[in-house]
Parts: sequence; C-alpha cells; structure tokens
Amino acid sequence: MKYGSKTVRVIATASIAAVAVGLAGCSSSSEGDGDVADGDLDGTTIRVTLANHVWTETIKELIPEFEKETGAKVEISQLAEDQLSDQYNVKLNAGTDEIDVLMYRPLQENKLFASNGYLADMTDMVKGDEKWDWSDFQAGPASLTTYEDEVVGVPIITERTVLYYRKDLLEAAGLEVPTTLEELDAAAAAIHAQNPDVAGYIGRTGKSAAVTQFSAFLYSFGGDWIGDDGKSTIGSDEARSAYQYYGDLIRNHTSATINPEMSWPEAFAVFQQGKAAFIADADSLYKNMTDPTQSTVSDKVGFAPFPEGAEGSKPYNVAAWALAINETSEKKDAAWQFIKWATSAEQTIAMTKLGVTGARTSAWEDADAIADFPAELVEAIKVNGENGVGHDRPLVFQVSQAREIVGDPIVVAIAGGDVDAAVDSAEKAFDEFLAEDSE
Amino acid sequence: MTSLQTPDDVGTAERFSRWADRHRKWLFAGPSIAFTALLLVIPLGWTLYLSFTDAKRSVRRDFDFNGLENYLGVLTDTERFWPSVWRTFAFTAGALTFELILGMVIALLLWKPFRGQGIVRTIVLLPLVATPVAVGMMWRLLFEPNIGFINEMLSWVGIPPQPWLADPSTSLATLTFVDIWQWTPMVALILLAGLTSLSDEPQEAARVDGANGWQRFWYVTVPLMRPVIVAAVLLRGIDALKTFDILYATKGKGGGAFHDAETLNVYAYGLSFDYNEYGIASAVLILFFLIILAVIWVLQMQRKGRES
Repeated sequence: MKYGSKTVRVIATASIAAVAVGLAGCSSSSEGDGDVADGDLDGTTIRVTLANHVWTETIKELIPEFEKETGAKVEISQLAEDQLSDQYNVKLNAGTDEIDVLMYRPLQENKLFASNGYLADMTDMVKGDEKWDWSDFQAGPASLTTYEDEVVGVPIITERTVLYYRKDLLEAAGLEVPTTLEELDAAAAAIHAQNPDVAGYIGRTGKSAAVTQFSAFLYSFGGDWIGDDGKSTIGSDEARSAYQYYGDLIRNHTSATINPEMSWPEAFAVFQQGKAAFIADADSLYKNMTDPTQSTVSDKVGFAPFPEGAEGSKPYNVAAWALAINETSEKKDAAWQFIKWATSAEQTIAMTKLGVTGARTSAWEDADAIADFPAELVEAIKVNGENGVGHDRPLVFQVSQAREIVGDPIVVAIAGGDVDAAVDSAEKAFDEFLAEDSE
Repeated sequence: MTSLQTPDDVGTAERFSRWADRHRKWLFAGPSIAFTALLLVIPLGWTLYLSFTDAKRSVRRDFDFNGLENYLGVLTDTERFWPSVWRTFAFTAGALTFELILGMVIALLLWKPFRGQGIVRTIVLLPLVATPVAVGMMWRLLFEPNIGFINEMLSWVGIPPQPWLADPSTSLATLTFVDIWQWTPMVALILLAGLTSLSDEPQEAARVDGANGWQRFWYVTVPLMRPVIVAAVLLRGIDALKTFDILYATKGKGGGAFHDAETLNVYAYGLSFDYNEYGIASAVLILFFLIILAVIWVLQMQRKGRES
C-alpha cells in the first residue's frame, strides 16, 4: 500500500477539481455593468419574470420600443401563476441574480418576500422621480406593496369583485339586475328553473382558489378573517352565514356535477360556454368574457357592482400584481429603468385602453383611456372601488397555508356538508396558525 | 549488469504514468464518483440537516436546530402524513398488481411471432413514450365530469355520469388506473425480454410429461421468470412509490381539495413549495427515503432467502 495515501490524495484532488469545474459551470457569468446612468442601458440585459396575464401580453408587444429607446435588451420568462411561485421559491431562496425584475402577487407574497429580504427597497427610486409620480398610484394598492415603511413594489394591476351576469337570461326571466345577495339567490334559482341545463350561479370551488372571491361575500355579510386582536374571526355568526350562503348559492341552482377544484379558468369556462347565469370574480379578467374568441356569450355579458349583504356591498379592491426588483440583482438601476417605463402614466393609459385595470388614478380619470371599457363595467368598477376592502385573503406571512385553512368550510358548504362543524375546526386551526405565523 | 534505477532517478512523468497504470480503475471512476457524491450526497446531507431545524419561509433567514421536533410532529400527524403514507402504498400496490398481471398477459401474447407483430408492439408501447404531465392533462380532460369523453361514452350505454377525478372517493382509484394505463407497457417489455431469453427445453419436457398450458405457465414459466419478475417489481415499485407528475398534473397542489390524491411526494412538495416549511418538508422526505430503503431491503432479503 505504498501508494495508498497518494491514491486517496489524487482521488480527493480529482474530486475537488470536478467539484470546482462543476461549480464554475453552475455560476452564471456576471455581466458586471454596475451603475447605469439614466437612459443609457446599451448592451445591458434585463431579465424579467412575468406571469401569464393580459398585462404581460400587452407589455411584450411594447418592449421593442423600450429596447430601442434605451439600448437595453429585455429577456422575458413567462410562467403560469403556480409555476411562477415555485420558480421564485427556488431561485430567490437561493439568492439568484438571474432575475432582475419580478412580477408578483402583493397579497400573497409581499409580506413573505419582503420579510425574507427578496425585494429591493425602492423607496428612494419611486419618490425621487416627480415626473413619474408615485402619488398618482391609488393608496390602497400602493399600501400593499409597502413593507415596514419601505416601498418594495409598484402595483400594475388592480382588481375588484364584479358581478358578471347574462343579460339575455335575466331579461327572459323578467328580472332586474340583483342588488342584494338575497335577490341574487332568487334570480339564480329562477333562471335555473327556466333553463335546467344552465347553472344559476357558478364560482370558484377550489379550497384555496375560492378564498379570494368568497371574501366579498364574507365582508358583505359583516365578517372578516382576522380581528383587531390578531385572532381568527371566521367563527363569527356573520362568517358562518356567509360560508353557508356561498355553498348554497353554488350547490342549489345547478343540475351539473360540481367540480370541487375550480379556480377562475374552470369557472369562467362554464360561463363562457353559456352554462351559467352569474359569476362574481375579478373585474381585471373581464376580457375573458367579452372576447368572442374565448366566450360564446361575449355580447350577452353584463357587469354589476357586488350585491349588498347585511353589511352592504363590500367587494375587495386590491393590487393583484406588482413589479419588484430582486434584492440580489446586480442591475438594480436598469431594473428600475424598466419598471419606471412599464408603469409610467403614458404606458398605464395605453394599457387601460387595451382593457388592463391599472393602479394609476390619472388613467381612470382619462375619458379617452377608458372609452373602450363597457360603460356598465366602468360604473361597476367605480362603485366597487368606493366600497372596496383592501384585502381579499388573510394578510399573513404564510398565505398559502392560511388560505387552505379558511377555505376548508367553503368546500364543505359547496358539498352540502356540516358547515358549523367545518367552521369550528377551521377556526381552531386558524387560531393555532395565526399564533405561529406571527412569531 | 545494468544498475537498477532508484525511484529518485525516474522522471515525474514516468512515475505518474506508472502510478496511473496501476490505479486505472480509480482514475477512470474518479470523476463519476465525484459527480455522484456531488449530486447525491450533498443534497441528501443538506436535506438531513434541514430536517433537524425550524427552517421556514426562506432558507436565507436564520434558523435553529430543533432536534427531533419535526420528526415527532410529522409522525404524530394523523391528518396529512399518515393518510398520505397509506395512499402512497395503496396507489403503488394497486398499480403494481395490475401492471404485473396485465404486463404478463401482454408479454405472453407478444411472445410467439405472429403477423403484424411490429405494429402491435408499437401500439402497445405508445403510452410509455408519452410525457407523464401530458398524460395527466389528457386524462384530466377525458375524465372531466361534465364535458369529458368518458362520461359521454358511458351515457351511450345509459350509465349516469361519474365524478371520476373530482370525487375524493374515486380519484385515487382513477389515478391508479391512469398509472396502469401508462406503465403496463414497461412491465410487459421487461417480462417479454425475460420470456424471449428462456430456453425451450423445460417447456418441451413439461409438454412431454403431459402438462397443460396453465400448468406449464405456472410451474415452468413463472419459476424460471422469477428473477425477471422481481426486477420488474423493484423497478416499477420504486417508481410508483415516487409518482408525482400525473398526480400533480391532474389534482394540483395538495392532491386535490380534500387531499384525496396526496401521496408522500405530493405532500412534501406542498410543504416545501406552497407552505415554505423547509424543516418539516425535509423531515417528511427523509422519512420517505427511509421507507423506500426499507421496502427495497425487504424485497432484497426475500430474494436472497429464496435463492439460498
């Protein structure tokens, strides 16, 4: 064994060499552009991660203009919501510099990402540019992209619950557009009785997916998720009634088998195929209803403010998506240039014209910008905006977990199970969760 | 007489070449050993380490050791963990049993040459080459309760629509069916390879002794095929235990609204990517790893027992 120790040494050296080569291969070559002066981004590559959304489709068409103006190159990776979250969980967790600008959901991820240190502090950037004008952004959405007094994101899409309805079916039944939840239930029943293959009401049914749309029912019944003392309030009588109502509304007025895992694409599909009379969902998605290539009822869709419950009409009014800068990006300035361009007043107006419901007040005040919106929708958005509540899910760190807990009674209610028992166990679980989440 | 060179006289290159000659096997295997270590040992070690900590939300945050707390929490969790253990095994056992039986039937049918054999073999193998996620999407559409083709087909013969994947009581069985549909061809392929390598003599001897078809199959073919069958069970069984793609593609995160298709893999994925509970997710994965090791060990011991 004369060479025994040497063998070991060589193997060790070879392993280390292999590891080093491997690691060198893994690490991305940094383009090291450091500080970039305003408007001069020649040769800089900005990596932008976006979700599948009308906004994304629109901005993609406009990006060549930005590239021409600044000389920068924008690389986009576009993913569906769930895959986008997974991507962030992996890459941001690992401290990647491969993402410069990220599109994220403030209600779901702002608290988590900001507290994890994933999002760069943009306070000086947004407040330092008067022409771009941070104060033009609606206060509600802007507060959702702020964490501990630091601005960490710029809202790009806002949304409120709006009631979509089938004008023709309502007319045939001789009914007015429902303004209260009682009327909504009655109208759904009447239309289903007249048209047995049409569901009176369709809505999200998935445990987690339904939470955001259920929130409007919850608030309008006078309930909420969390009380001022930080404890669960889903066990209140108001909340119980809301759970029961939502479940009954979906279950009672249909002859079809209810798919218990619907998010908006599945629920919208039913409406688009003319198989439902009402659906309350985000107004930012209205193009899916009015686009003839997607919807067989595109010319028969009406829009109404969310109906009143015991506590009035209380839809949510929130920032659904925002843009942020990755804290570990090496091109923060270039990233800000991109965000500034994508969220400028001109761009927002252009987007509004294409049907994107943005966060800038000036765009909503521009008659020309909203000219193409259905008049009824603009009116509904205005009313909902005034009545709106600033959150559509429990605002906690681990939102996914919270949604599953508070969503459980929704599923039970839709299935026609024991809502009270489900609420009792959900409330217990939610209180335990809240105690741990606040740590 | 030429004097012997002392080691000092030999050039470095010469010495290295001699050394390399003597240690060829290590030198050639070195890079792949290092690579395996890098890809297997490091992630496993990191997972093991995380499983003893309270890491959550982000692994870039501070986290502390919490001993066996995660393991205790997981092992006493009768709401999500144990049901998913049960589902993992039910799914695997159900799928494996049918795949073996059907695979054997198909292999026996394809064993003897016949006209159009090539085309039939290709058709039988088609499900195998499809991407599992695409397979999941396809079956999800076919099984859709209201607009799916399966219910449409059932309605032709007067059977009312079934909820299939949408109902917690039928979804796991439906998914087991999808797994059987996709992976039976692989089992058939392995068994067919085994069958074609069997010699004809034992069969002929049995025939001369007056054994009928079933007896020849049960007392001659199956015992001779045992090593191949065990290999198929091992390969397919481990794979089935780890199934993720079709479950996720059809039922999404958490294995459906009632976690009705949540196996250990899906559960660990949800803990990690949806809940950001990295410590607990790691503990589940380590337990899962131990379970798979135990299954392999039992199977191997059984094989050794029989061989001896």
